[in-house]
Amino acid sequence: MQEALGRCVASWCPGAAGVTNVARLSGGASQETWSFDIGHPDGVIGAILRRAPQGHGASPRAVGLDVESILMQRAFDAGVPSPRVLHVLRPQDELGTGFIMARVEGETIPRKILRDAGFAQARPRLARQIGGILAAIHGLDLAQLPGLRRMTAAKEIDEMERDYRSFEWPRPVFALALRWLRERDPGPSREVTLVHGDFRHGNLIIGPDGVRAVLDWELAHGGDPMEDLGWVCVNSWRFGEIDKPVGGFGTRAELFAGYEAAGRRVDPDRVKYWEVMGTLRWGMMCCGMMQRFRIGPERSIERAMIGRRSSETEIDLLRLLAPRGK
Amino acid sequence: MQDEPTPEELTRAVADFLRNDIAPVLSGHNAFKLRVAINALDLVTRQLKLEERSDAAELVRLSQLLGQPGSLAELNHALADRIARGEADLQTPGLADHLWQTTMDKLAVDQPNYASYKRELGTK
Repeated sequence: MQEALGRCVASWCPGAAGVTNVARLSGGASQETWSFDIGHPDGVIGAILRRAPQGHGASPRAVGLDVESILMQRAFDAGVPSPRVLHVLRPQDELGTGFIMARVEGETIPRKILRDAGFAQARPRLARQIGGILAAIHGLDLAQLPGLRRMTAAKEIDEMERDYRSFEWPRPVFALALRWLRERDPGPSREVTLVHGDFRHGNLIIGPDGVRAVLDWELAHGGDPMEDLGWVCVNSWRFGEIDKPVGGFGTRAELFAGYEAAGRRVDPDRVKYWEVMGTLRWGMMCCGMMQRFRIGPERSIERAMIGRRSSETEIDLLRLLAPRGK
Repeated sequence: MQDEPTPEELTRAVADFLRNDIAPVLSGHNAFKLRVAINALDLVTRQLKLEERSDAAELVRLSQLLGQPGSLAELNHALADRIARGEADLQTPGLADHLWQTTMDKLAVDQPNYASYKRELGTK
């Protein structure tokens, strides 16, 4: 790995003097992430390689790493906190498909961001800042971006219904939520924008100064901009701080204020609708993890246990659709 | 009839051994994976302890709600189908209470520390 990376870096980074500290970061199932340092006379350059393992079939929802690198670069150019893309892999690099980006220092682990003293100054500001970042993402010109799939609430419900049937495991709460979503579908959004699709804890690098980078554009698509605002409010991303709907650190009012301060409008009813959709979507994803555990070949206990988190989304759906004591 | 110790006693003992004796000597990714494994054993222990009673109560509720006999899986399929077809909804007497009770029983096994669950335990 070190050798191949060294050859690759030498081909596009003038003055590069080899790579060191090559380390595999996450055990992501669909993609690999590697961290390494590029030796350079002007100082060490921290870098990240994101690539698809050889021969791995991508999810039909995923945009592909080539598109991801373009989105990340466009977001960077538009002032969205984003890692700079340094190089897109070519066949002669012999590293598979993917890209190399600048490493951004900071934290992605939610519990640290929500509890550590080092982030105490950032926390009260994050929801508003995130509103501004989402407004910038939604302001990118969709016509200038590579072809992305278009999603609507109706299509999303169809996909989830298909997923749900494929599990062959009865879940009355999911059936109730699917029905609720169909009956209240607000119709296609008047404005169709770039939607990040997975804007939440884990995909944001945060420092004591706030959000430093938005990662993981794998699920990007064209659609209702309110989807991103609803997804970031899903209870599963509050990590115990359930009274602070935005990522466990802020209020909807702060999120909306940051969004509108950037010159865009919020539709709170649509945001709420997408929060219900997102809660069910995460529940379906948990069930999908359980399927992958069962099918193998990798019988990951972690995936099996994520399957047992689908009930968390059931209680959250009931809290949204059938609150008690009211 | 199987002999003692019970499955619950065994899974509990194995989880305690891993937690107290093995976890402290591991680090890095293996320590993380062991934590997940211990969580899985703890879940199994809770299920062994709680499942029989909650399943029995769920079966009674489902039979009443649907007006038909059947296994837990059959009745859950039947209920999910009725909801999907719009023949049962939150206005159906007993439905919301049933879904709440069933979900609370699942959380008691799956994730008793989940914040929404703890909140609902207190607000019944």
